[in-house]
Amino acid sequence: MLDDFLVRATLAGLAVALAAGPLGAFVVWRRMAYFGDATAHAAILGVALSLAFSVSIFIGVAAVAAATALIITALSGRGTGVDTVLGVVSHGALAAGLIAVSFLPGVRADLMGYLFGDILAVGRSDLLVIWGGAALVLGVMLWRWQPLLLATMNADLAAARHIDPKREQLILTLALAALVAVALQVIGALLITAMLIIPAAAARPLARSPEAMAALGSAIAALATILGLQLSAQMDTPAGPSIIIVAVAIFLVTTLVSGRR
Amino acid sequence: MSLVEARDVAVRYGAREVLHGISLSLEPGEIVTVVGPNGSGKSSLMRLLIGAQAPAAGQVIRKPGLRVGYVPQKLSVDRSLPITVSRFLSLGDRHPARARDEMLARVGVAHLAAAQIANLSGGEFQRVMLAQALLQRPELLALDEATQGLDQPGTAAFYRLIEEVRQELGCAVLMISHDLHVVMSASDRVICLNGHICCEGTPTVVSEAPAYRALFGLGTEGTLALYRHEHDHAHGPHDHDHHHADAP
Repeated sequence: MLDDFLVRATLAGLAVALAAGPLGAFVVWRRMAYFGDATAHAAILGVALSLAFSVSIFIGVAAVAAATALIITALSGRGTGVDTVLGVVSHGALAAGLIAVSFLPGVRADLMGYLFGDILAVGRSDLLVIWGGAALVLGVMLWRWQPLLLATMNADLAAARHIDPKREQLILTLALAALVAVALQVIGALLITAMLIIPAAAARPLARSPEAMAALGSAIAALATILGLQLSAQMDTPAGPSIIIVAVAIFLVTTLVSGRR
Repeated sequence: MSLVEARDVAVRYGAREVLHGISLSLEPGEIVTVVGPNGSGKSSLMRLLIGAQAPAAGQVIRKPGLRVGYVPQKLSVDRSLPITVSRFLSLGDRHPARARDEMLARVGVAHLAAAQIANLSGGEFQRVMLAQALLQRPELLALDEATQGLDQPGTAAFYRLIEEVRQELGCAVLMISHDLHVVMSASDRVICLNGHICCEGTPTVVSEAPAYRALFGLGTEGTLALYRHEHDHAHGPHDHDHHHADAP
């Protein structure tokens, strides 16, 4: 069964979807959409560096994504508007990545796959890494759920209860970098943030508790993955955009239905 | 042992220094109020003492494991976050449902346990925040303009509750307040702040300090006269102010 590329891609996509639910909820609550974009854009540079130094793409992408996220965090406290810092780093990372890739003829051909996802790219050993990474992200989210939630509602309130909001933010940032690494093959660098935000946004009108929103987000992301990859296989469309367009359709349905009530 | 002690502390945001030369300590059970003009560093001082702000210089020593109940000045819950009042109260430390319901009843919003936080009015929200702070069974209750959004009866009930809670838990109360009248009558100690501690002491001492008068000017004369009038029945030269009340 694992010989079928579509089955492998779907299994990989489901791992990403599962982790994207709770992580995506925090990206929405903390208004980190642009932050997520910057982190994901750095993935292309990660790919180029991994190949240049012959290390695993997962490790290279996770490391570069994490470094980018930490640079943004360090810069945003220094007077320049956070929005501007994000704009500079996000596009800077993407531009640097695309230039780096242009020096590597092998990757140049695969560039579309890294930008928009490639269901043919997921091999058997990749599946193991992707599930491992997604399980790690999910585990961290479960472990830090309460303190993260409190720090998200109000950092000072968390500090008064002996929770370090900066530490919680760091944990969330690293989880985001790990997700970028595992989602790259299926979704592609340009649309990873969409996979975080859209399922969470689609779940919002249906949820009355933070936990419900995270769980529904995972379920919606999973549904979008299954349907989107079918669409991709049958219509020969790129994997990432196909998944995201289904997620957007689900978002429209839940938003319109709840708006009418 | 003091609950919190600050020794020659400074707080800076980037290059801007908001507090300097701060030395003070909070003792168990006392009510301390911080007054000062806008931008004088009141909220920064509170954040410093509860451990939410690191000092740029000096040191802050907190009693180990100090339980702090905190009502922040601003807390806007993003509408994208669905959470009920009851769930919010159990965040972090799991208080039993009965304790949460009792506390909500005590602050006068028993009916809101199942309400979404984002749908609360300003006054309702402040009460829920107070319930949250009191559920910690605090040794130090830190209130940053906690009565904003409350109407007059609400404010009066609020201060009565604080006094009750202090009797019950024996907690210290650190407040930032613009209700100068209340401050002067309810505090053990007043700290007058403007980047540094201008003066501090009992309400009577502070109200007579030149530094306090320089900051608050003539506007407070009425308040202080009112205070003295109510508490000492010492009818001063400002007595004529009160005749307005009798006018038709």
